[in-house]
Amino acid sequence: MFTQELLDKSSLMRKKWEDEVKKIIAKRADQKEKWSTVSDLEIKRLYGPEDIKDMDFEKDIAYPGQFPYLRGNQATGYRGKYWTFRMFAGMGSAKTTNERWHYLLSTGQTGLSTAFDFPTLMGYDTDSPKAKGECGKCGVAIDTIDDFRDLIKGIPLDKITTSMTTNPPATALWAMYCASAEQQGIPLNKIGGTIQNDMLKEFIAQKTLMCPPEPSVKLISDTIEFGTKFVPNWNTVSISGYHIREAGATAVQELAFTLRDGMEYVEDVIRRKGLHIDQFASRLSFFFNSHIDFFEEIAKLRAARRIWAKAMRERYNSQDPRSWWMRFHTQTAGCSLTAQQPYNNVVRTATEALAAVLGGTQSLHTNSLDEVLCLPSDHAVQIALRTQQLIADEIGVANTIDPLAGSYFVEALTNEMEEKAWEYIHKIDEMGGMVAAIEKGFPQMEISDAAYKFQKQIDSGEKIMIGVNKYNIEDEVIDIPIVEIDDSVEEGQLKRLAEVKRKRDNRQVAICLKDLADACRKGENVMPFCIAAVKEYASVQEICDVYREVYGEYRDPGIY
Amino acid sequence: MANRRIRILLAKPGLDGHDRGARVLARSFRDAGFEVIYTGCHQTPEQIAATALQEDVDMVGLSCLSGAHNYLYPQVAKLLQEAGAGDIVVVGGGIIPEKDMPGLYASGLTALFTPGATLDSINEWISTNVTPKE
Repeated sequence: MFTQELLDKSSLMRKKWEDEVKKIIAKRADQKEKWSTVSDLEIKRLYGPEDIKDMDFEKDIAYPGQFPYLRGNQATGYRGKYWTFRMFAGMGSAKTTNERWHYLLSTGQTGLSTAFDFPTLMGYDTDSPKAKGECGKCGVAIDTIDDFRDLIKGIPLDKITTSMTTNPPATALWAMYCASAEQQGIPLNKIGGTIQNDMLKEFIAQKTLMCPPEPSVKLISDTIEFGTKFVPNWNTVSISGYHIREAGATAVQELAFTLRDGMEYVEDVIRRKGLHIDQFASRLSFFFNSHIDFFEEIAKLRAARRIWAKAMRERYNSQDPRSWWMRFHTQTAGCSLTAQQPYNNVVRTATEALAAVLGGTQSLHTNSLDEVLCLPSDHAVQIALRTQQLIADEIGVANTIDPLAGSYFVEALTNEMEEKAWEYIHKIDEMGGMVAAIEKGFPQMEISDAAYKFQKQIDSGEKIMIGVNKYNIEDEVIDIPIVEIDDSVEEGQLKRLAEVKRKRDNRQVAICLKDLADACRKGENVMPFCIAAVKEYASVQEICDVYREVYGEYRDPGIY
Repeated sequence: MANRRIRILLAKPGLDGHDRGARVLARSFRDAGFEVIYTGCHQTPEQIAATALQEDVDMVGLSCLSGAHNYLYPQVAKLLQEAGAGDIVVVGGGIIPEKDMPGLYASGLTALFTPGATLDSINEWISTNVTPKE
């Protein structure tokens, strides 16, 4: 990166600066001894040319739209198009969520993102005993395509892309989307969107569980294959670090485990489906957390693009540059928000959103200030959405691409994140891959270690959260409006589901479910069978029960 | 059996998968010298009550962040009482709105730990308020 002459000169100047620092701290010590990121990665007082002297501009940095995509996928940066403003929303009934979606679109949102309630996420219907008390609480309740049609009412499926945070029942809900589009006369090759559909991170972190890891990966490969052939603009998996981070992982762990999950899916599709990497890799998408440590997050996102590009080209011999692009959505960190002094959360979210943008995200959700306490209110959502609109239009950071490139610190930190991530990736390779590592409890234990360490650092005051362990307000009364989902949602949904089950052709449903079970047993792609079943009003649980029956049920081993 | 250690069942009722708090507490309890049994996620109240009886615990700690605490926590307390195990201390944690607290206490919960509670403060509460069975 630099001439020897410059490095020699820098070395002399650095020595002089170091001597000066020593003199000053002899008189007045630093405020604390160790300065580190929220992930406890130690940061130096200063970075200089010597910290990035081994970088090769062509190989390691280059230009936007050029390998290794450190500086972004798009040659035009944000000038051609800002990131998608995509707020995650779902609450109560399908009708209520549909109203929230229309509100968000009217206020300048450019893509939709669905939060489902816990029964839907876990593949249970509202009438399951396991669902009692949960209906509509954490998201929208969807049992059958009847609910789904209400959810997407008035949304032009050929113009707006919708992301659905669904994992175990991803095939069922995607089938409902595909079937609804067909019924609206929109061909499958014209719809776009994302299903999260990333089970590996469920075992590692989020714990919405259904079947064991191996068949779970098979179902994901089915969707990737089906999307490749019939729904080419759909992102069939959103490989997610978000939940890994929320569960307590460090930034490096988030980066490494997420990318290694992605590699596991790639390898399974190649092995099981016989597809070539360049037939499907361009539809893989990612989802990261943007936590509170500003530069660590920027470095993580930049490193993620470079690692993926290298992995695609070198590990899987991909020839198509579109496969080398890592496209990702980002969400600000829920776990960084505090119930105490909740208005401070606006500042946290703004900082995290700015880091995501400086890291080059293609899509962003900004958390609302009240999300630590409840589902967000309209007003809180508006502030959160305005936060990203303000970053786009007011503060000038979208003017130029990857403005922090070349910073001694940012490049050195980016390199460090990448190196440490590869160490984890290789370790997991040695264990036999991510499924094997999960079965050993490796990523789970690493995350628990980090989460416990962080909590102790908060309790001891080594790490600071304002309002929690510094600048607390004694006997604080948290006084913000709390959105609540009342129990009438559950009653309404139960009635609705009973009505659908009464009116549908139950014989036809049984045939479809048997066909699906046969397909599972034979190892065929389940998607066509799911679409046929949801058209007959088979429910999310009925489809998931088939999977549980054929593949077995997985229970959380409770690793800590 | 004098000086038996306090036995705790840490449980996650319902479909919620937010287990960071529970996992951190399980380690903290262990390091504080308590005996810990952690159920993992997705337990029904019936399963939790059955485990509590079978394991002969002194305390049940419940963690749920889905908003379903008003149904799930009292249900566990009720099942324990019905089984004649009302002496098992039941506590809950999570983001619990102030207005939900009277109802939860009335249903049989002894303590609720909300955001800001330190690990030490929770351990200390247990040491003071839970007595191991003789």
